[in-house]
Amino acid sequence: MIKVIWDRIKRPVDPWLLLFIILLFTVSTVVLYSASNRDYERVMDKVTFMGVSMFGMWCIANIQPRILMHLALPAYIVGVVLLLAVEFFGITSHGATRWLNIGITRIQPSELMRLALPLMLAWYFHHYESTLNWRHFVVAGLIILVPFALILKQPDLGTGLLIASSGFYVLFFAGLSWRFLGVMAGGIAIFAYIVTHWDLCINVLHEYQCRRIATMLDPMEDPLGAGYHIIQGTIAIGSGGWFGKGWLAGTQTHLDFIPERTTDFIFAVYGEEFGLVGNCILLVLYLLVIFRGLMISNSANTLFGRLLAGAIAMNFFTYALVNMGMVSGMLPVVGVPLPLISYGGTSMVSILATFGLLMSIQRDRSLMKG
Amino acid sequence: MNGRVVMNQHGERNAFQVRLAVAALFIFVMFGILVGRFVWLQVLQHDRYLTLAEQNRISLVPISPSRGIIRDRNGVVLAHNFSAYTLEITPSKVGDLEDTIARLKGIIDITPKDRRRFKKLQDETKDFETLPIRTKLTDEEVARFAAQSYRFPGVEIKARLFRQYPLGESASHLIGYIGRINDRDLKKLDESGRLANYRGTDHIGKLGLEQSYEEQLHGVTGFEQVEIDSGGRAVRTLKRIPPQSGKDLTLSVDIKLQQMVEQQFAGRRGSLVAIDPRNGGILALISQPGFDPNLFVDGIDPQSWSELNESPDKPLLNRAIRGEYPPGSTFKPFMAMAALELNTPIVNQVITDPGYFVYGGHRFNDSKKGGYGSMTFDRSIALSSDTYFYQMAVQMGIDNIAKSMAELDFGKSTGSDLPGERPGILPSPEWKKKRFKKAAQQKWYSGETVSIGIGQGYNAYTPMQMAHATATLANRGVMFKPHAVQTITDPITGKVTVVEPTPVKTMSWKPANMERVIRGMEGVMTIGTAAGVFRNAPYVSAGKTGTAQVYSLKGSKYNANAIKEHLRDHSWFIAFAPSDKPTIALAVIVENGGFGAQAAAPIARKVLDYYLTGKLPVDPAATSAKNASAASSAAQASETEESMPEQTEDVPRD
Repeated sequence: MIKVIWDRIKRPVDPWLLLFIILLFTVSTVVLYSASNRDYERVMDKVTFMGVSMFGMWCIANIQPRILMHLALPAYIVGVVLLLAVEFFGITSHGATRWLNIGITRIQPSELMRLALPLMLAWYFHHYESTLNWRHFVVAGLIILVPFALILKQPDLGTGLLIASSGFYVLFFAGLSWRFLGVMAGGIAIFAYIVTHWDLCINVLHEYQCRRIATMLDPMEDPLGAGYHIIQGTIAIGSGGWFGKGWLAGTQTHLDFIPERTTDFIFAVYGEEFGLVGNCILLVLYLLVIFRGLMISNSANTLFGRLLAGAIAMNFFTYALVNMGMVSGMLPVVGVPLPLISYGGTSMVSILATFGLLMSIQRDRSLMKG
Repeated sequence: MNGRVVMNQHGERNAFQVRLAVAALFIFVMFGILVGRFVWLQVLQHDRYLTLAEQNRISLVPISPSRGIIRDRNGVVLAHNFSAYTLEITPSKVGDLEDTIARLKGIIDITPKDRRRFKKLQDETKDFETLPIRTKLTDEEVARFAAQSYRFPGVEIKARLFRQYPLGESASHLIGYIGRINDRDLKKLDESGRLANYRGTDHIGKLGLEQSYEEQLHGVTGFEQVEIDSGGRAVRTLKRIPPQSGKDLTLSVDIKLQQMVEQQFAGRRGSLVAIDPRNGGILALISQPGFDPNLFVDGIDPQSWSELNESPDKPLLNRAIRGEYPPGSTFKPFMAMAALELNTPIVNQVITDPGYFVYGGHRFNDSKKGGYGSMTFDRSIALSSDTYFYQMAVQMGIDNIAKSMAELDFGKSTGSDLPGERPGILPSPEWKKKRFKKAAQQKWYSGETVSIGIGQGYNAYTPMQMAHATATLANRGVMFKPHAVQTITDPITGKVTVVEPTPVKTMSWKPANMERVIRGMEGVMTIGTAAGVFRNAPYVSAGKTGTAQVYSLKGSKYNANAIKEHLRDHSWFIAFAPSDKPTIALAVIVENGGFGAQAAAPIARKVLDYYLTGKLPVDPAATSAKNASAASSAAQASETEESMPEQTEDVPRD
């Protein structure tokens, strides 16, 4: 009886992915305890959230991929509608309109898009699997552009780019032409050149965005303002050295120099207390998750599965890269949490939801084999 | 068909795996860059960031040392510290200062005087400095403010050590005072490399011994290494380097003597410097009137300041070291000493004193009408014969006079440990060339030499210089630097450093010559101008009276009523005792006191009595009455004998 239940529970779960997630959660709990100044309640909050998210992941893992396919278009449409609603009824905070008040809580529709967009694109390409030609890529481009434009208007360039990139990964795996990729790479290089030059940047982006980039290039320009985060982040990481200052011994952390140290800047805490060795261990854990995702993608038996799994893995990679790049002063400061490590429910729920999708795709394959 | 699809699917599979491989490569490259960044930060730049992190979190909080205590030779405290609460405002942190002060008045009593003083401090300092608006708060006031402090951002109560001068005006010119560090002090501290030691200190010695012994009194500032958070709040102390208290000073001054003399001046202006000739230790240093140094400690309010500064009695002027007066006849013993050493012919001659001396067609009058008739070297000092010294000066010549007198530190600072000593004026042809611009004024007239001989003319010396020269003569030519501080004590270790009196030099005087001059000065006390004042003295003393013309009336702002008093001569007296083995030498001047024997000598008598026999004048009122009668009888006795060069119109004036 118990065995039956256990089988039922473990059937959709990918043990490798689960192991890596648990390892990352362990790291997260340890760091959060330090970052929150030994705030036991906050750590318990997080643990509770982990449980809830994992249950959510398990639920999603139980859904068959073909059912997910049916959800793709409605999810996308709801996402776009909500983004439009933000445009008209959104809550403005810090000069950006990103939230919707739905009575009980505020939601950020762009978070939904993170899931909905790759789902939509994977479904779209899967639908035209045998007849794919360049026109489909144009349509796919438009599917990306609509939410991207809406998020850009909020304005939230960071999230917009991250969501657009998650769509782009689908296009990439679906076979976007190398030539086009080459042109795009060239375009990105030119764009990077422009935004790193103030006079050019101001024509293309919002002034605050240009300032953010300028500050990143020289944090000392604005040491108490926008540069503060970067300076304090790099100081914390840099002062960590090879092995770090030790758990609970990070001075920058515990003396309040690190802003948002339990959320977006938690990596500064980690880097200070665990040093280069700790950072590399974390990178390895992330690589394991990402490669497990890519393996699932590789072994998926439908195009939908392959594209979705590939995009999810790459998206996870992108979030990790952007956060660590930002905290270590390599990339501009955008509000991106460190996946599975940062304190904060929404991000964890949405990431574990995508892992649920991964597990579902993985299970689908084994069922077919069986 | 089916096979084609399968083939196609295989092709797609391969293409997809290529894409996966490219993605994996991309991931490795990007993570590789990230690792590179970590290596750069955590390995290559580690030291730099570690330093930055330390700077971020560690702040040095200075702990100011407690200032050394000043005591007199018998241990009486002259300057010490006490702890009190102050209400302090940081103007830059306060929005509306006027409003804040108005509201503060509702809780704590702030007088208009406090307000004025604060305004003055504010004008002198930068806005981000914390300035006291009320000092010495009572416990009740502290409690009242503490309850309301949330209403007053930028206002705080601090416990501070305050300097206090328990004896008030007494010895104020000697001790000096401390005041808030101003821009000039900062510059000086910076130049001398001592600025770091003044972090956390806002007072510095401004005058007197407080200024000249600043380095010893101040001590060494300690530090607390405090870990701070990003808001700059102290979280915990990492290390504490305690401050080293300033050293305590013990003076050679006897404050009982000092206060007794101050009482003798009672409303008169003047100065007395008494020195132990055996080591140069200053026994008393009076400049009257004085001021209350306590007024300056927390910043003086403008009203008190202008009262002190504009008073015609100049209470802020340290007459002992900065008041330059013509020495009058007190110059004669030194002239006589020089003449003997130079073997000037007159010293072995008996001259006829007709009551005047004619030189270069000018007639120089003697103070005694009709003169003394025959006059010898020895009698000339006791009786203060001007004619004798006129001739002596002419025989010596101005260059010899200037050279001999410079040996005794006339015309230059004595090098005492009191700051701001003025050099006085030792006239000479060279001095005149430097002093005047026009060629006609630069020329030295031989007639000018005549009046130099009796301590008039351009001659101008401080009481300190007179006392110093007297002490040197008293000590038989062995000169010590005058100094007020006897020992410097480390309050922690108890280590006592004695300020060793080292003889500056020994005059090349012949002992016989010295004894001859001293016998002459003994004559002043027995048969001469001060005989009345020193009648029945239980010791043998040597002295010399003097009367200095008031020469600086030009451009005077004195009002018509005061001018008559201010026109009177200054009364001088120098003395030492016991004359064969002197333990005290002094110089007294009473401004506008008249003849030397009239005002100055009676004060000298009391100093010598107290110092040599331990007798203090019993009742100040009674003694001063007795002194007045003694002085007047003395004056009567010596009226005709005292030099009165005022009447010699030919004497060049300044």
